[in-house]
Amino acid sequence: MADLSVSAASPAGQSQTGKIALRWSLYTLLCLFALFYLLPLFVMITTSLKSLDEIRTGDLISLPREVTFDAWRTAWSGACTGIQCEGVRPYFWNSVLIAIPGVAISTLLGAMNGYVVAQWRFRGANIIFSLMLFGCFIPFQVVLLPMARVLGMMGIAGTIPGLIFVHVIYGLGFTTLFFRNYYVSIPADLTKAAKVDGAGFFRIFWSIFLPLSLPIIVVTVIWQFTQIWNDFLFGVSFSQAGTQPVTVALNNIVNSTTGVKEYNVDMAAAIIAALPTLLVYVVAGKYFVRGLTAGSVKG
Amino acid sequence: MANILKIEHLFKNYGSVEILKDINVEIEQGDFLVLVGPSGCGKSTLLNCIAGLEPITGGSLHIGGQDMTAVSPKDRDIAMVFQSYALYPTMTVAKNITFGMKVRGVDQATQDKKLAHVAQQLQIENLLKRKPGQLSGGQRQRVAMGRALVRDPKLFLFDEPLSNLDAKLRVEMRTEIKQLHQRLGASMVYVTHDQIEAMTLATKIVVMKGGVIQQIGTPAEIYNRPANLFVADFMGSPAMNLIPAKARANGSGTDIQIAQDRGDPIVLTDTKNRDLPEDVILGVRPEDIGDAAMRSGAHMQEAECLIDIVEPAGADTYAVMQLGGKHVTARLHSETNAAPGNAQRLAFDLGKVSYFAPDTGLRLN
Repeated sequence: MADLSVSAASPAGQSQTGKIALRWSLYTLLCLFALFYLLPLFVMITTSLKSLDEIRTGDLISLPREVTFDAWRTAWSGACTGIQCEGVRPYFWNSVLIAIPGVAISTLLGAMNGYVVAQWRFRGANIIFSLMLFGCFIPFQVVLLPMARVLGMMGIAGTIPGLIFVHVIYGLGFTTLFFRNYYVSIPADLTKAAKVDGAGFFRIFWSIFLPLSLPIIVVTVIWQFTQIWNDFLFGVSFSQAGTQPVTVALNNIVNSTTGVKEYNVDMAAAIIAALPTLLVYVVAGKYFVRGLTAGSVKG
Repeated sequence: MANILKIEHLFKNYGSVEILKDINVEIEQGDFLVLVGPSGCGKSTLLNCIAGLEPITGGSLHIGGQDMTAVSPKDRDIAMVFQSYALYPTMTVAKNITFGMKVRGVDQATQDKKLAHVAQQLQIENLLKRKPGQLSGGQRQRVAMGRALVRDPKLFLFDEPLSNLDAKLRVEMRTEIKQLHQRLGASMVYVTHDQIEAMTLATKIVVMKGGVIQQIGTPAEIYNRPANLFVADFMGSPAMNLIPAKARANGSGTDIQIAQDRGDPIVLTDTKNRDLPEDVILGVRPEDIGDAAMRSGAHMQEAECLIDIVEPAGADTYAVMQLGGKHVTARLHSETNAAPGNAQRLAFDLGKVSYFAPDTGLRLN
């Protein structure tokens, strides 16, 4: 140990200036990469704040000469998606109505599944868990037709509950995996102690496991919200006029305009559609990393 | 007196693997039963079966005179302390202790009263508002005990409760558990792999190996009259010397001849035991071999032995020699003049020895 620290310290002492130069070049490189990645966002924001004339005549990456929020207003409540011209607003609310129950239900069910698979071992528990894991790897496209049949038989095809159902089913594999991996690290003695104390299946879940689960709940909520909000394929396949989510509306705005392409409106609509997931990451991002590593560290 | 716990012909299998085979144990009100054995002997599984946390494959189990074979843990009127303490991490100490009462719908006033009583008993009043994460190992141990005590059950179960503590704390807590048992007069079942813990705490010991009970008895019985070679070797530290020897009838008694690596064989005359087979294994506790000059008694037999190693241990000095091809330890006085390489006159207390059959390992006398 002592030898190691000595040998590590001596070359650093010899070239202090070299070390600083290395540090600076590293930061410069990182800044360049950051700029590169931020460029699309920059273009989106500046374009959305320009007038159509300015876009036509000006430079792609120049700042707007005259800031105008007209494009945002149009995108929110006036842009045409096909024959209707109501902007993304109604579709935005559709997405909210799909995402919030979808996230809540799939997270709760995942927590319960994980709790059962990790702490109430029963015959075949491993097989069931493996099958659920397998579900995570089935491509979306494969389930489209069977799912359409199922939704039709249940009488919820083309409705918002139908979309919630699809997202809950598809999310269960992942949410179960998250919670199961979190709960296996909790000692089985805890469940035993609670059983001796007289608590039953649900009591142990509510009083002991759920209060322990905040980090993994945050991870699951971020994951599920991003998945459901950003979903396009299920949205476009299983919705009809009036129940389409914002991603589908965005596509329609961009693709169904005739004549002059209103780039500023397209950009504003895209930003509006992306805003909620961005917000979730900013608010809960630090819990995300914390939660991902929480299982491995003993509290 | 009524049996507080009665286990009859208990079997436990995991698939086709037999974990526990034909377990029969009874304890009475106020008994402190210790299940002891090497790891993997099934002692923890047996405790879990008593608690109802593991279903049993065959046999029956009565607690307090009632058949509890198929009753769920919460209705068995038991409390359990776990090796990992298993405190609920998100609850304060007070909530940990009252959780069981809360689940059972005990009213708030009774909860507070019992909590205060137990906290005072275990001297953890100042910890009640803390979370388990903020407690030291010994404090967690106390809280875990508190959670069991507050229930006032028919039977307490302890699953290696001291094995996560450091040596000094372990001895302190051991004494405390013993005091607690004497004060409450409660019935307890205690699992440990530590034979000293078993000896000091128990009123009754069950020695287990490979899912089979080897011997049941008081600590004195287990120590002085082990039922077989396994129990003889497992209980006691340093372990009992198990020396291959030849027995030959000699009038009123038996001559026991032990080969020495160097020098003539030792012959000891046992006047107490007769009718031994020719090949035996002689079991002598280290404290039953002493300096000839300082020991005397009816069954003392003296012999010259070559000492190989001398290990001073403060209060005693251990001398190691080769007898019958085995290392044999004698517990000598700390002021002994035994020295390595020299012959020493030692006295064997044949009144306390055990004889075992070499083939079956069973006790002969």
